[in-house]
Amino acid sequence: MSKIHVTTTVNGDPVEFLCEASESLLDVLRDRLSLTGSKEGCGTGDCGACSVTVGGRLVCSCLVLGAEVEGRSVETIEGMAEGETLHPLQRMFIKHAALQCGICTPGILVAAKSLLERNPDPTEEEVRYWLAGNLCRCTGYDKIIRAVLAAAAEMREAS
Amino acid sequence: MVQVRLWGSLASAIGDQTEVEIEAGTLGELLEGLAERYPALRPQLDRGVSVAIDGLLYNDSWFTPIKEDSEVVLLARLEGG
Amino acid sequence: MALGSKRDTSKRDFKIVGTRPLRPDGIDKVTGRARYGADMSAPGMLVGLVLRSPHAHARIKSIDTSRAEALTGVHAVVTRADFGDVEDAATADTLDNCMAGAKALYDGHAVAAVAAASDAVAKQALKLIEVEYEPLPHVTDVDEAMAPGAPVLHEGRTDETVPQGMSANVISRCQFGHGDIEAGLAKADRVLKRTYRTEATHQGYIEPHACLASMGPDGQADLWCCTQGHYMVRNTCAAILGLEQGKLRVTASEIGGGFGGKTTVFLEPVALMLSKKAGRPVKMVMTRSEVLRATGPTASSSIDVRIGMTKDGRITAGFAELRYQGGAYPGSPVNMGAMSAFAPYDLENVRTIGWDVVTNRPRQAAYRAPGAPIAAFAVESAIDELAKGFGLDPLEVRLKNAAREGTRASYGPTYRAIGLEATLRTAKDHPHWTAPLGPNQGRGVACGFWFNFGGDTCVSLNITPDGTVTLTEGNPDIGGSRASMSMMAAEELGIPYDKVRTVIADTGSLGQNEVTDGSRVTFAVGLATIEAARAAKREMCRRAAKVWGIDEEAVVWEDGAAKPSGPNAGEFPPMTLEEIAAIASNTGGPIAGHFEVNAEGAGVSFATHMVDTEVDPETGAVRVLRYTVFQDAGKAVHPDYVEGQFQGGAAQGIGWALNEEYIYGEDGTLQNPGFLDYRIPVASDLPMIDTVILEIPNPGHPYGVRGVGETSIVPPLAAVANSVSDASGVRLTDLPLSPPKVLAAIQSR
Repeated sequence: MSKIHVTTTVNGDPVEFLCEASESLLDVLRDRLSLTGSKEGCGTGDCGACSVTVGGRLVCSCLVLGAEVEGRSVETIEGMAEGETLHPLQRMFIKHAALQCGICTPGILVAAKSLLERNPDPTEEEVRYWLAGNLCRCTGYDKIIRAVLAAAAEMREAS
Repeated sequence: MVQVRLWGSLASAIGDQTEVEIEAGTLGELLEGLAERYPALRPQLDRGVSVAIDGLLYNDSWFTPIKEDSEVVLLARLEGG
Repeated sequence: MALGSKRDTSKRDFKIVGTRPLRPDGIDKVTGRARYGADMSAPGMLVGLVLRSPHAHARIKSIDTSRAEALTGVHAVVTRADFGDVEDAATADTLDNCMAGAKALYDGHAVAAVAAASDAVAKQALKLIEVEYEPLPHVTDVDEAMAPGAPVLHEGRTDETVPQGMSANVISRCQFGHGDIEAGLAKADRVLKRTYRTEATHQGYIEPHACLASMGPDGQADLWCCTQGHYMVRNTCAAILGLEQGKLRVTASEIGGGFGGKTTVFLEPVALMLSKKAGRPVKMVMTRSEVLRATGPTASSSIDVRIGMTKDGRITAGFAELRYQGGAYPGSPVNMGAMSAFAPYDLENVRTIGWDVVTNRPRQAAYRAPGAPIAAFAVESAIDELAKGFGLDPLEVRLKNAAREGTRASYGPTYRAIGLEATLRTAKDHPHWTAPLGPNQGRGVACGFWFNFGGDTCVSLNITPDGTVTLTEGNPDIGGSRASMSMMAAEELGIPYDKVRTVIADTGSLGQNEVTDGSRVTFAVGLATIEAARAAKREMCRRAAKVWGIDEEAVVWEDGAAKPSGPNAGEFPPMTLEEIAAIASNTGGPIAGHFEVNAEGAGVSFATHMVDTEVDPETGAVRVLRYTVFQDAGKAVHPDYVEGQFQGGAAQGIGWALNEEYIYGEDGTLQNPGFLDYRIPVASDLPMIDTVILEIPNPGHPYGVRGVGETSIVPPLAAVANSVSDASGVRLTDLPLSPPKVLAAIQSR
């Protein structure tokens, strides 16, 4: 059971770890790097609670192997705020009460950020379809969609 | 004397009496009085009941006062999600 | 303690209650810092995994754990043999559900568990446990389980309410109502007789059950877990493991959803036992498949309804016979279904009969307004069909029959001030009601009711030396309750919201607290918070009186400061909370207020939901186009989170109505234990969910608060079904309204 040595970047920090060949990126993040902000809701890519980006691409980290991120750049919820300054999405989620229990929130924020990087002015429908892979059981999505649209509007004004 | 309304299953346990009278000034006295006077109610009382007193729900507070003219209704024990 | 004397509800001007401040745990939850059940670790911790029955029903003839125990890296193996007997029947069932005894009663039932140095070793160890099963005939359908000759799960569990000669799977019968059904039906212009069916649905919280247990040989233990009630976890685990409650300290993690499903234990006693045997901390986390196979769900049902109505829309009699299977143990929520079925209506003649039935399915757990949505689906569908048949407006029919203050409820008591009529009138006046509909589109309405609870509650409010406030309470914050508590404390003390920080205590820090259930937290913990703040105010007035050298009765509290009560009391400038706090050591020591109560007197709550759907005539797929919730909140402390409860309940109800169901194969195993096949609503399935908050104050709460969390899931099953019927022209009586069912109904039209 020899482990694989991986060198990568997580939230801008250089990171090295050893992992099993079969180990998911989610397990590496949570168990080896203590980045427990990404959540496991299903382990099968159905709930989106473990959403991160790898090389700028939105993925379910439970479906990516730890070994696959060699030389890539991984972004997680822990890297979303800059120091004391929350990302507009994070601020809007609090302001619009877009979370109740909060377990889906990290994944939804990572996914929404990825959407706004591609499409700074999404329609409600576009937000709904982009986030269709991120399950929330508490909110009925209403306030989440409003928060994403509000953050998008603010970010467009700022740019 | 307090008039106590019973739900159907309790009523059938004591010969279809839907209302009984019990000497009680508090919820505790009421529950004790019922069990003493109507032993057939005891299994359900042991499993737990809720009591509506004048339209508000009570479960376990023995010393909740009950007035002579209070509306008292026994209910199946309520549990929530 | 006379709560009744302090019912200064409706006329009060609130400064903070009713506003929308930012929640105090928001930053932790948007940055990934908040720690949920699976996010904790401990030095030397082991991984715990559970071996589960592949059979729906089987006698466990033997379990050989020797090969697993011999595997390097395995530190403990646990079976039922490690646990003693438990006296209380319900707790004994909980133990049996956590770890099977003589029989495995459903697919996924736990039969053994291991603790090992790694996940890989633990998985390997599970494969080395040899269980010899004798498979038995099984039954998963409620009607089949009631039939004579059905495979029997338990002998001797039937109670005295069940007539002789029925299957031993029938556990109890309940009956509610008043009047004379047959006489009432005879007065009707039409009597509708229908049978309805609903499937089991899971609470569907996104966070799987997880815990971290550490137990020493001295019987002292610590447990971290995601739960709706860590005091319940403590008490249940202590009973199962034979521990003293005070020796077990339970800390509630942040909780990733519960909806009733986390009001019991599954892993926790097993993790403690593994930890005890291994002498190391043990962490256990369920997979999604385990969550679906072995926790939750709610009951499935079949329900017969007979309702009589006159042609002008008056209900002359209502009858429902409800059969709920609650899985492998007694305790389906049929009582509450039977009590709530006709609760929205003022009926002269009403009767409901409920049957609690066991089957080879996971033990049901509470799910948001347990039992009520199922019953409301049947009754509200039937009322709608009758109204439509007479060409009557379904809202008018409901208004004509609506329960009001003074109505004798179908479950017995007479209602005090209630808000059903207000929700119906508001719905009727809302633009949604008259908005145009296109082809294949329809509109449905339905009403719903929930009791709401109180229960044991402790709150401690401490004034710090610099005049800020920490509020310690014992109920996990499942959807913003820290904010509501801080708001009520600040309101009562007359200080800014951000001067109060609310923390959730572990079981060692407060007395007993009932679980976060029954929509009780804002009501009961809020009430205790207000009373704790009042206690602190009284103490601060005493301190000011001491300083001023006047009688403490001559001091009042206003706008965050102690003041002489009038000119006769003396001329002193107000002494603020901060000033009193600063000299607390000089005036007698630290200042705190606390309140412990069994909070009784929760007020019932009603809602009316309105929904537009479009049915695709070629596929049978249903799309929800527009949704509006009208609900009485008593007093909305933080309207954002009240709206959130309304919206979340509606969304779960839509899932229950359209997609979600437990599907069992011929072999009794669950066919869809994953989110791909057990499909809960996703963002693209739903429209915005509009909300209208009505405030008819609860006379049992100082601010008029009613619970709001559960009522919102009661109407949507029927509202959606009524809407689909309106859109498609066919009446469907079996949930979920999945495309194949809807298509078949349309084609046979």
